[in-house]
Amino acid sequence: MELSLATRTVGEFAVVVVGGEVDVYTAPQLRERLLELIDAGAEHVVVDLGRVEFLDSTGLGVLVGALKRLRTAGGSFALVCDREPLLKIFRITALDQVFPLYPTVDAATGA
Amino acid sequence: MAVVRLSFSPAPVHVRTARLVGVAVARRAGVRQGLLDEVRLAIGEACTRAVALHQQHNLPDPVRMEMSDYGTYAVRVVDRAPLEAGADLAALPPHELARESLSEDALTTGVGFALLAGFVDDLLVRPADGGVGTEVRMVWPVGH
Repeated sequence: MELSLATRTVGEFAVVVVGGEVDVYTAPQLRERLLELIDAGAEHVVVDLGRVEFLDSTGLGVLVGALKRLRTAGGSFALVCDREPLLKIFRITALDQVFPLYPTVDAATGA
Repeated sequence: MAVVRLSFSPAPVHVRTARLVGVAVARRAGVRQGLLDEVRLAIGEACTRAVALHQQHNLPDPVRMEMSDYGTYAVRVVDRAPLEAGADLAALPPHELARESLSEDALTTGVGFALLAGFVDDLLVRPADGGVGTEVRMVWPVGH
């Protein structure tokens, strides 16, 4: 399955729901969507990885890029992920120490 | 026992094909179901790395991948980039990952290697036969 992206607003958070495969071919689409949001003024972004079937280093690079950009601008960036295979990827790369990771969108947005 | 060879133009769109083939052959070879996600990720990382190196060096040559199942499932991914280009494989410590000055490309390379090293117990990165390029060799057990 190719990448799917949907964006919605929860309070002050822009929530991007990602599905399918995030890899070296599709990650540029995710980067573009995140940059559009940030350029449009989004300060607090949550990326929901709940429907992601595959995530590689290129996708992780895009997520770190967004995190840095928002932190520099005084905003925030968090991920929603509760599936063990994906969590293992974050642990192995030590990115679980870099990203705020939440099990649900409600937890990430403080709802 | 079988050998399957695949060579593909160094473009990101073909990495998914390489993953699909690599997992299909792994399944056929008898790699247990619980390992297939790791096989898929590792093959993807090895091919992504090879494609990136070919693109950085403007090499139109195909990336080569060979899968064999002689007692174990072995996958070799071979690029044709200058050897020194392939030598910067190292995982990044956590405090480096979020460093502002670290480029996205450097971060992706470091994270990609961390994933390879983390998901493949039997991993070998060495100069390719013929002296040009690097071979990433990954081996998984088959059967029970």
